[in-house]
Amino acid sequence: MRQLMWRFADRYDLQMLVQSARGVARGPVARLVADGGRNAHEWTARKNELLSHYDASGITAAFMEPEEGGFITGPKNLALALAAFELAWVDAGAATGALAGFLGLSPIHERGTPEQLRHYMSLAAPAKPGEDRAPWRAAFALTEPIPYVGVDTGMLSGKVSVAEWSPGAEPVLQVEKRGRFITNMGFANFVTAAVDTADPRIKSSCLVILEETDPGTFDRGTPTKKLVHQLSSTSDPIFSLRVPASRIVGGYTVKDGVIVPNFDHSQVIEAVFRRTRVTVGVMTSAKLLSAVEPVIRYQRGRFRGAEQAAPGSVRYELGIQQREDALHRLVDVWAAGEAGASLGFATARLFDELDPLERKKDAALAAQGIGGMKATMKWMKALERSALELLELEAHPRGEKQEARIAELRGDELVRFALLDAQANVLCPATKLWNTGVGADFMREAVSLMGGYGITEDCPGFLGQKWMDAQLEATYEGPEAVQRRQLSVTMGNPLFLAQLKAWVRELRHLSGEHPGLGGCVIASAMDLWLWTYRHLERSTDADGVKLVQSPRQGVTFKLADALGWLVASRAQILDAVVLAEEGGAVLGEAHAGTARFFADLCHAQAARTAGEVGRICAELVHGYNRHPSWDAEGRAACWSASDADALEGIIPGLAGCSVDVLTEGAHPDKEGPCASCQGISDFRSLRVKVDGCLTGAMLAKDRAAEALSKVMIPEALDYPL
Amino acid sequence: MSNGYQIVVLGSVVPDPLQTLEPAQTPQGPGLKNELMLPHVLDPWAAHALYEAASLAAKAPGSKVTLVALGPKAKLQQVMMAVGQKVPFDLVALDGPAGGFTDPHEVAAALAAAVRALPGLDRSRLLLFGGWESASRGAGVTLQLVGERLEITDQFQGVDQLTPGPDGSFEVLERVEGGKHQVSWCGGAPAVLGWATGGLGEPRNNPQIGMANMRGVMPALQKAPPAQVGTGGVEFVSVAVPKALRETRIVKDMSPDEIARELVEWIGQD
Repeated sequence: MRQLMWRFADRYDLQMLVQSARGVARGPVARLVADGGRNAHEWTARKNELLSHYDASGITAAFMEPEEGGFITGPKNLALALAAFELAWVDAGAATGALAGFLGLSPIHERGTPEQLRHYMSLAAPAKPGEDRAPWRAAFALTEPIPYVGVDTGMLSGKVSVAEWSPGAEPVLQVEKRGRFITNMGFANFVTAAVDTADPRIKSSCLVILEETDPGTFDRGTPTKKLVHQLSSTSDPIFSLRVPASRIVGGYTVKDGVIVPNFDHSQVIEAVFRRTRVTVGVMTSAKLLSAVEPVIRYQRGRFRGAEQAAPGSVRYELGIQQREDALHRLVDVWAAGEAGASLGFATARLFDELDPLERKKDAALAAQGIGGMKATMKWMKALERSALELLELEAHPRGEKQEARIAELRGDELVRFALLDAQANVLCPATKLWNTGVGADFMREAVSLMGGYGITEDCPGFLGQKWMDAQLEATYEGPEAVQRRQLSVTMGNPLFLAQLKAWVRELRHLSGEHPGLGGCVIASAMDLWLWTYRHLERSTDADGVKLVQSPRQGVTFKLADALGWLVASRAQILDAVVLAEEGGAVLGEAHAGTARFFADLCHAQAARTAGEVGRICAELVHGYNRHPSWDAEGRAACWSASDADALEGIIPGLAGCSVDVLTEGAHPDKEGPCASCQGISDFRSLRVKVDGCLTGAMLAKDRAAEALSKVMIPEALDYPL
Repeated sequence: MSNGYQIVVLGSVVPDPLQTLEPAQTPQGPGLKNELMLPHVLDPWAAHALYEAASLAAKAPGSKVTLVALGPKAKLQQVMMAVGQKVPFDLVALDGPAGGFTDPHEVAAALAAAVRALPGLDRSRLLLFGGWESASRGAGVTLQLVGERLEITDQFQGVDQLTPGPDGSFEVLERVEGGKHQVSWCGGAPAVLGWATGGLGEPRNNPQIGMANMRGVMPALQKAPPAQVGTGGVEFVSVAVPKALRETRIVKDMSPDEIARELVEWIGQD
């Protein structure tokens, strides 16, 4: 079922990876957590054993190409997301520990020279049969001690300078870097570290590869006292090392006696985080979905053993699930988990499609001799025009001539790249932001459904730890503010907004074919969001200050939050459609009921989304206008009671037009005249429409709750407690 | 031995034993409630047979292991993604029901036909492996019936160990009462061996083995012929789980001695 929904039913390599990762997660990882392995900050021998499990099961090799020792050909975003999901189902620290090596390798993978790529990927690959070697482990060192902690790429205190540069020889660099919160440092053999130039002979910042045997100090630092993710190794390392200049990630050229790195550190980081953030988002969704079964078991067994709950009685069989609230809240948790997973995997798949297109785009630029930021942007603008033309043509009835043009544009890989790139620039931060931030809130809800049990160390499913872990996921690879900042820029891209309009049509169409999924709710909420965005773009606040601009994070960040809800819900609906259309062969007689249940989850989530979007949009549309008061202007807008009566005598019903009536000179008991809706009547119509689209949402929730009270669960969790 | 063995393992899928298994009438006859929704595993007894087969094949150069599985295609595929990474084998899949209500004679007929149809089948090298028991159906007769249909009269049940000799013969340890083994010598293939647990642990997943296996597994699943297997004319008027109070208790850190003492105490209560 999941293979269908998350679109890997035709990928046996991914199916095998899922099975392997599941075995590791619910075996050695779960046993270690159950044995209290999370109770130490140090990287212990037992934690270290997990690495060999990752190697043996193929998780480590999932990042490599077959020629490097891997087994998955082509882009691996979905593969890594699935592995992260399976591991985080039990413990996200283990997921982080297993995947952080990929983060360390990613700069080399994305921007390394062919030689760097070959060398380090082969070292990092698990030993082949007959080989006697331990794979090298990587770490990624970007963040630095306060005040430089975080991923503000404009600030780096780590420095690189030229230590030696003999004529005709390769320069030797001196690297000084202090890291903070660096994962894998307990055992990493090499580190990709971000450093700024401290030497006029080095033009810019860069990423540089540091090995543990390099001359100088490779101090792993003290373990970070994390309250979370204790199955990953984190510490604050100190590096003071000499390395050859060939270790600059992506290589360098020498121009007028100056080393010019081919990529500065922010270019590398952008390429890396663009992909790896998705897996972090998926981790939190895995937690929510993993919480469902333990909560059901707890709720049903709540009264068993009490004298008043005899076997066979409703109280004995259903426990807390006799009551609607417990079921409804669990539906919310499940629905949010589904939405997050759908969004995460959809985004991972998008990157799998985008990666090869991006390489083609780079090749096209190179072939045309286009380089530099300005020239590239100009070239992209032309591409965007073609992509917008395609969207425009697809949106309207068309004749033969247009069909030919549509076919031509659809066949253009670079146009496809532009479309996907605009989506990815939104969906990646949205996944990271919504899945982790909102996911952490819902994880709290899941914990609360377990009562006091939820915050004990031996809570089935480790829910308490998962709740806490979710907060780190919300912080890793750029905290929520960073994601909102990125979204506030990318969501305004005309190519994204045009695609959002196309999604509205797509959802309306799907709603016709698959009613009851909440597609229309989301379509209307998207319309509302789009109208709000356009309105705010050209609006000012009560003081005449522009609303949509970089410093106005009170506006743009909220819009970003709302957009996260929308794209998550849409992804969930699309997955539910696939289940409805293709699930029969897999589920047999259970198909109809299962499809209905997942549709109801979608509907419940869509209603919640519409509520959030409506609230945020209303706050923004109305909130920046100053409320009228009972000043002269405000009173002038009121009717006197006698005037109202006189007009009523002339034209019956006219008095009903009055909003505020002054009686004997006194105004009604409130802050001021009610605010006018001048200029925003469209918003009110759209808002009312969204509210109307909620029709049936609670019935769907009731059905989902009913199904939840009957869903079969195993006798016991399939991993230790 | 020269050319090694042709080891054919018969085994299929069963619902994960941790699941709640509730008998129900389905349009296809008796079955389990939401059977296709339940996670499945390779029948544990058949799994022992498969791992023993792979171990024997590794020791006898030229040997080949073929797993013949009759089960719902979708579930077989799901299970193969894990099992396929453990040991090398070829798969022959038959698409049909694999629950506890199928008739062993009908199942045996379908399996025997599939074994007979194996390309290059050499009876002089054939070892027919399978589970001595099954987690879905404890009748313990299917493997014997397949052997009979293939006219293999040397049959061993409850096998825990097979030690090949240099001349093609082999020693077999079969379980008997009182925790003892009966030692037999068999002159050579063909033979039927119904495995108990054997002596091997479950091999770790190896994606490289998996990728090699999948080149054959996926086509085998795609072209799996439907197997006409039913209840053998038996009409189940009603099915129900035994009226037993099932109390699953999760206990951590308990020694085997304590567990044994508690069990004895519990038995003594009756």
